Amino acid sequence: MQYMLMCCIDEGRWEALPAASRNAIMRDYGAWVGEMQRLGKHVATARLESASHAQTIRLQDGRRNVVDGPFAETKEQFGGYHVLECRDLDEALALAERIPTLPHGGAIEVRALETAA
Amino acid sequence: MLATLIRLLGDFDRAEEAMAEAFTAAVEQWPRDGVPANPRAWLVSAGRFKGIDAMRRHARFDASYDTVADLTGQDTNDPARLADDAVEDDRLRLMFTCCHPALAQDTQVAMTLREVCGLTTEEIASAYLVPAPTLAQRIVRAKAKIRDARIPYEIPSAKELPERLDAVLRVVYLVFNEGYAASSGDALTRADLSAEAIRLGRLLVELLPEPEAAGLLALMLLHDSRRTSRTTGDGDIVLLDDQDRSLWNRPQIAEGLALVQGALASRRFGPYTLQAAIASAHAEANSAAATDWRRIAVIYDLLLDIDPSPVVELNRAAAIAMRDGPAAGLALIEGILARGELPEYQPAHAARAELCRRLGRAEEARRSYRRAIELTRQEPARRYLERRLSELA
Repeated sequence: MQYMLMCCIDEGRWEALPAASRNAIMRDYGAWVGEMQRLGKHVATARLESASHAQTIRLQDGRRNVVDGPFAETKEQFGGYHVLECRDLDEALALAERIPTLPHGGAIEVRALETAA
Repeated sequence: MLATLIRLLGDFDRAEEAMAEAFTAAVEQWPRDGVPANPRAWLVSAGRFKGIDAMRRHARFDASYDTVADLTGQDTNDPARLADDAVEDDRLRLMFTCCHPALAQDTQVAMTLREVCGLTTEEIASAYLVPAPTLAQRIVRAKAKIRDARIPYEIPSAKELPERLDAVLRVVYLVFNEGYAASSGDALTRADLSAEAIRLGRLLVELLPEPEAAGLLALMLLHDSRRTSRTTGDGDIVLLDDQDRSLWNRPQIAEGLALVQGALASRRFGPYTLQAAIASAHAEANSAAATDWRRIAVIYDLLLDIDPSPVVELNRAAAIAMRDGPAAGLALIEGILARGELPEYQPAHAARAELCRRLGRAEEARRSYRRAIELTRQEPARRYLERRLSELA
């Protein structure tokens, strides 16, 4: 079963960390991804540019409406994702819990990918 | 049997269908061929084949063929796997799945009553005063989530066990309280819920000898032992002090006391065991006057230490009032209310009223009784408070 781990971070809080701390966390993050690969759990990973670069498009009465910024104005913003192959939900949650940015605020939404029924 | 089929077939609905088909087959075959030596194993085995058959039929249309291969590959023809000791493990697995934290708490309660206790959707809906279609919907969604998000069907590892066991115990206690609270609804159905909770508690203690499981079972047994004495024939509340203690269920108390002692001796107890210890102090007193308030106050200190909450503080204040006098208890309650806690909690105002009354502060007592009455939604409690208020007038 594949699970997507959607990582939401508080960008303000992240930027406020000293550069040395951020580098150390990202090194740990690299190690976490490496471990997922070694364990055969890793399917995909992507990190997104800052939410301030986001554009949100909607159709209103059939006309294109593009707004600068993410689709919801919240303190925590979607910052990246991983897709992992896991035995069950508990394994996905246990692996998500070890993501190194998690102790620094933010949240990780864990969802199973739909499979052909 | 359902629990075992869920493990073997990996899906609640599939298992329920397969069980129904196995029973149908038994009704046809047993009268003709005789009852098999181990009827349960026969039914499980028949159910498993029916379930796999059904999946094979579906497999022509979809991708679940892999699952069929998985299931038929399992070593499930071994009769030992279908034997009775494996069954008990399956029931425990089922409890952990139904009480998985990925499900909302009211869903955990509904799933446990439906899948572990075997109550019908209609029975659960009437006990919880929700429309049956709403509850049915909740159960359908939960089963879909268990399947689609693959919520595991297993006993958690030692590392996760304490947290997961807490969730199971909380569900059992919620079911018990729903049955025990003298709230609205059909009184008979409510008593049934308490009995189901005690049954679940016994099952847990038997399958997973953890001190807190024993503590919870003791707590439920001790509270339930007072069921007949806590209301009058008309449904009016009788306070602990005024209850006819000869009506208390002695064998149930004896069982509860033994469980509490065992749990306390383990030194790995938690809040349920301590609450049971408080209940056992009441159970051991032959009269209200003989209650050992010193001991009860000490247990509340411990409880506040490991599970601090304003409600525990309030209960402790009531015990202190009994040990050191109403003024000491009232000071603690005023402290809680002054911090802005429990402003809408009826028992806080009722307790304040009671202590003011005992101190002869009639006007304050009346004010607090009125506030408590405003906050009461349970008819017997409202009648009780109004009686107290009119006695002051």
